Amino acid sequence: MNLTLKIWRQSGPTSDGAMHTYQLADVSPDMSFLEMLDVLNEQLNEKGEEPIAFDSDCREGICGQCGLMINGDAHGPEVTTTCQLHMRSFTDGETITIEPWRSDAFPVLRDLVVDRGAFDRIIQAGGFVSVNTGSAPEAHSVPVPKDDADRAFNVATCIGCGACVAACPNGSASLFMGAKVTHLGLLPQGQPERDERVVNMVAQHDHEGFGGCTNIGACTAACPKEIPLDVISQLNKDLRTAIKHGH
Amino acid sequence: MDMPDTTTAADPSHSGILDGDYDDAADYYNPGEPLVDTKAPDGPVADRWQNRKFEARLVNPANRRKLSIIIVGTGLAGASAAATLGEAGYNVKSFCYQDSPRRAHSIAAQGGINAAKNYKEDGDSVHRLFYDTVKGGDYRSRESNVYRLAEVSTNIIDQCVAQGVPFAREYGGLLDNRSFGGVQVSRTFYARGQTGQQLLIGAYQALERQIAAGTVSMFTRHEMLELITIEGKARGIIARDMVTGEIQTHLADVVVLASGGYGNVFYLSTNAMGCNVTAAWRAHRKGAYMANPCYTQIHPTCIPVSGSHQSKLTLMSESLRNDGRIWVPKNQADCEKDPREIAEEDRDYYLERIYPSFGNLVPRDIASRAAKNVCDEGRGVGPEVEGVRRGVYLDFGDAIERLGRDAVANKYGNLFDMYARITGEDPYAVPMRIYPAVHYVMGGLWVDYDLQSTIPGLFVTGEANFSDHGANRLGASALMQGLADGYFVLPHTIRDYLADGPFETIAEDHPAVVEARTSVEERIQHFLTVSGTRSVDSYHRELGNIMWEYCGMERSEDGLKKAIDLIRTLRDDFYRNVKVLGSAESLNQSLEKAGRVADFIELGELMCIDALNRRESCGGHFRAESQTEDGEALRHDDEFAYVSAWEWTGLDERPVLHKEDLTYTAIEMKQRSYK
Repeated sequence: MNLTLKIWRQSGPTSDGAMHTYQLADVSPDMSFLEMLDVLNEQLNEKGEEPIAFDSDCREGICGQCGLMINGDAHGPEVTTTCQLHMRSFTDGETITIEPWRSDAFPVLRDLVVDRGAFDRIIQAGGFVSVNTGSAPEAHSVPVPKDDADRAFNVATCIGCGACVAACPNGSASLFMGAKVTHLGLLPQGQPERDERVVNMVAQHDHEGFGGCTNIGACTAACPKEIPLDVISQLNKDLRTAIKHGH
Repeated sequence: MDMPDTTTAADPSHSGILDGDYDDAADYYNPGEPLVDTKAPDGPVADRWQNRKFEARLVNPANRRKLSIIIVGTGLAGASAAATLGEAGYNVKSFCYQDSPRRAHSIAAQGGINAAKNYKEDGDSVHRLFYDTVKGGDYRSRESNVYRLAEVSTNIIDQCVAQGVPFAREYGGLLDNRSFGGVQVSRTFYARGQTGQQLLIGAYQALERQIAAGTVSMFTRHEMLELITIEGKARGIIARDMVTGEIQTHLADVVVLASGGYGNVFYLSTNAMGCNVTAAWRAHRKGAYMANPCYTQIHPTCIPVSGSHQSKLTLMSESLRNDGRIWVPKNQADCEKDPREIAEEDRDYYLERIYPSFGNLVPRDIASRAAKNVCDEGRGVGPEVEGVRRGVYLDFGDAIERLGRDAVANKYGNLFDMYARITGEDPYAVPMRIYPAVHYVMGGLWVDYDLQSTIPGLFVTGEANFSDHGANRLGASALMQGLADGYFVLPHTIRDYLADGPFETIAEDHPAVVEARTSVEERIQHFLTVSGTRSVDSYHRELGNIMWEYCGMERSEDGLKKAIDLIRTLRDDFYRNVKVLGSAESLNQSLEKAGRVADFIELGELMCIDALNRRESCGGHFRAESQTEDGEALRHDDEFAYVSAWEWTGLDERPVLHKEDLTYTAIEMKQRSYK
C-alpha cells in the first residue's frame, strides 16, 4: 500500500516543531507500525535527511517504551501498544498523522520522543513496599485470597507507557496512579504504607503538572493493557480514607 | 604476538571423531595460561556459599556512604543490586539506556522463575535444582556457582512476595507452582505469562524507593561507552547522555555490569531493539575475559520473519508443542498451497518421524535444527524472504478435534491472540507457522565465584556474565539468576572488595580518564565523518545473516572460517562506508546504533573463533563434526570440559585462550539421550 505520513518533527526540547509530510510506497500489511517507520527512516537516511527519532525497545508490547499519537489516538486504532499495531489496520492511500504523546508533563525531547520521568517520580513518592533485601518472611507465612491476588495482578499489568495521560483531555495520570495504588492496596504486604502511599503519590502527580480526573474514561479506552476505570475510584477512596486518618 | 603453540590448541589425534587434516582454531588464537577461580571455596558443595559469606570481609556501616558503586543496567540483575546496595548504605549510581529503569528487557520474560521451595512436596530440593541446572547446562557450568544459585532461589520468592509481586495463587491463598521446561517437579513460580514484568516492577519499585531515599542516583537515557581502568582496576565509566549528547565521566570505587546479553549480534532475536554488547565489549577490550561466547540458546517456537522489513522476533511459549503437531509438506510444490488443502499423506510430521518416542517434544535445540534443515531443503512454508521460506507448521487441527476449540482456547488463548495480532491469521482455522529464533546467550564476561571479572573492581551479574547456565539454560532460570546475583550474591561478595577502601581519589584529569574520554569522542567523531553510503542497520542485518548462517544452530569448521573472513571484510567496509547523519550533541539514534553495531561485529568474530575451537557439541552449541550416528549432539568431556575465557589482544591480533577446567565433585557427568 501507499501512504501519506504527516509526522511531527522537532530538533530538540526547546526548538519549535512542525508537521512534515512524507510519501511512503510499497508498505506491506504485515509490517508493524514501527517497522513502517524503520523503512521510512532508511529512505530518509539514503536521501541524506536525518531519520525520525521515536522510542521503542521490546517491540512485543510489554516494556512500555513506545507510544505515538496516531490519527489522534494514543497507540492508534487498535487496543494495543504502538509496536504491536500492524499496517493491516490501515488502508491503501490513507493519510496517517503521527505525533508524540500530548501532555505538558511529558515534554518532547526530539521528534516523537518524550520524557516520561514524571512517572518514575510518582513511583518514588510511594509506589513500593518498604522491605529491605533479606528481611522478608517466608513466602507462605501470609496467604493471599486468590481473588485478591488475581485482581492485583490484573492491575499490576500496567506498562507505564503514558497512553492514559496522552488520551486524557485533562492530561491526568490517575489511571496510572490508580493501578499502582489498587495493586498494592489489595495485598496484605501493601497495607502498612497504604495511607501515606496514596497521599504522597497524588501530591507528586499534581506537582508534575498532570491534570485532575473528571471521569471521562478516555484513559481506559486507550490503555493497551485494559486497566479498568474503577482503579480511579479505588484511588479516590484510598485518598479519602487517608485524609480521614489525619493525613 | 608469538606464534601459536599448535600442540596445545587442537591436536586431532585426541578427538577420535574427526577425519582428515584440519588446522582448525589454531590459526585464529594463541593459547594462554590456564585460568583458576581463586575465590572458589573448598569443602562440600553445600557449605561453600555459607563459608564464603562468612569469610568475605564486612564494611563498617559508617564507611559505606563513602564508597561508591556504578551499576550499568537496570534489568533484574542491575535493579536488584542497585536497590540492595543502596539499602545497605553505599553510594550508588545506576545507569540505563531506556527512558526508565522499568523497561529493561527482563520485563519480557514470560514463563516463570524457578525456586527450590518444594511447596508441592514432590521431591524437589536445593540439590535437585542444582543437579537439574548442571545437567541442563550439559556439564559446562561451574558447580559451586550453580549450587549457590539453587540455594538462594528460595530467598528470592520470599523477597518478591514481600514486595507485592502478584504471583499466581491457589484457592487456599498459597502460591501456585507449575512444571516447566521438561523437569519432573513443579518448582516454577509465575504471574500468568508475565512473570518477568512483575519481578522487574518489584525490583524497579525497590530501586525507585532508594532513589527517593538518596542512596541511588539514577541516570536514564545514558549509555556506557567505555570503562575507565587505573592501575589495572576498574574505576569508572565514560557515558553519553543520549538526549544532549554530553560525554560524561563517572568515577567510582567499583563498577558492576548488569548489561544483559548480546543476542542482537544476530540482528533478529527476541531481545529488545536496544539490547547490546557495548558495555561488556568495552570492558573486554580493557582486559576482562569473555567466556564461552559461542553458547547461544535458540528457541524453536517463534513467529517467523514476514519480510525484509522485520526488526525483531517474538517468542511464543514452548508449551504450544504439548498439543500442536509440527509438519512441512513432503513435496516442495505444495509449499505455496493453503495448508488446509494439503492431504494428510502429503504432510511430513518430521519430528514424529525422526524421533518417534519424543516426537514434537524433543529438546529445544533438536527441534530448532530440524526446522532449519527442512527449510534449507526447500520445504519451508510462509512468505519467501530473500529466496527462502523459513517457517514450519504448528498444527492444532488434531487438538481442536480431540479436545474441542474451547479447551484449546482455554490453554493457549492468549498465545493464539498474540499470533493472530502479529500475523493477521487465525490459528484456530489455519495452522500456525513457527521458526527458531535466538533467545538468550549463556556466554558472557568471565567471573570468579565472587562475580568479579579478570579486572579487579569490575563485577558482572545476570546474563552479562557466563557463570551459571553452562552450555544451555533451563527454562525459568534466567529470572532466577538475575535476581540471585543482584539481591543475594553480589551484595555479599562486593563487600570483600570494598573492605579494602577507602580508595585513592581519582581526578577527572587523570591521564587514564582523559584517554578513555578522548577515545570515546574520537570514535563518535569517526562515525559522523565517514560520510559513506550504507546505513548502520544494513550492516547489522548483514552481520546477523552471517552469524545465523554459520554460527547459529549448527556450526562447522568450514562455515565458521568462512564467517570469520566475511565478518572481517564487513568490519573494514563498515568503518569506511557507514553513513551516520546528524550531530553528536543531540538525540541521535543512528549514532547510538553505530557504536553498538561496531562492537557486535568484533564480538561476532570472537564467537566464531570460540565455536571453532570447541570441536564438540554441547548444549546450545552444535558442531556438525561432532554428532552420533543418529545425529545427536556428542560431547567430549575428555577434551572440552573447560570454560573458554578469551583475552583481547588488539584489533587484528589473535585473542588468547585461557582454559578454566571444570570439575564436578557432587555430580557425575552423563551424556543425554532423547531416543
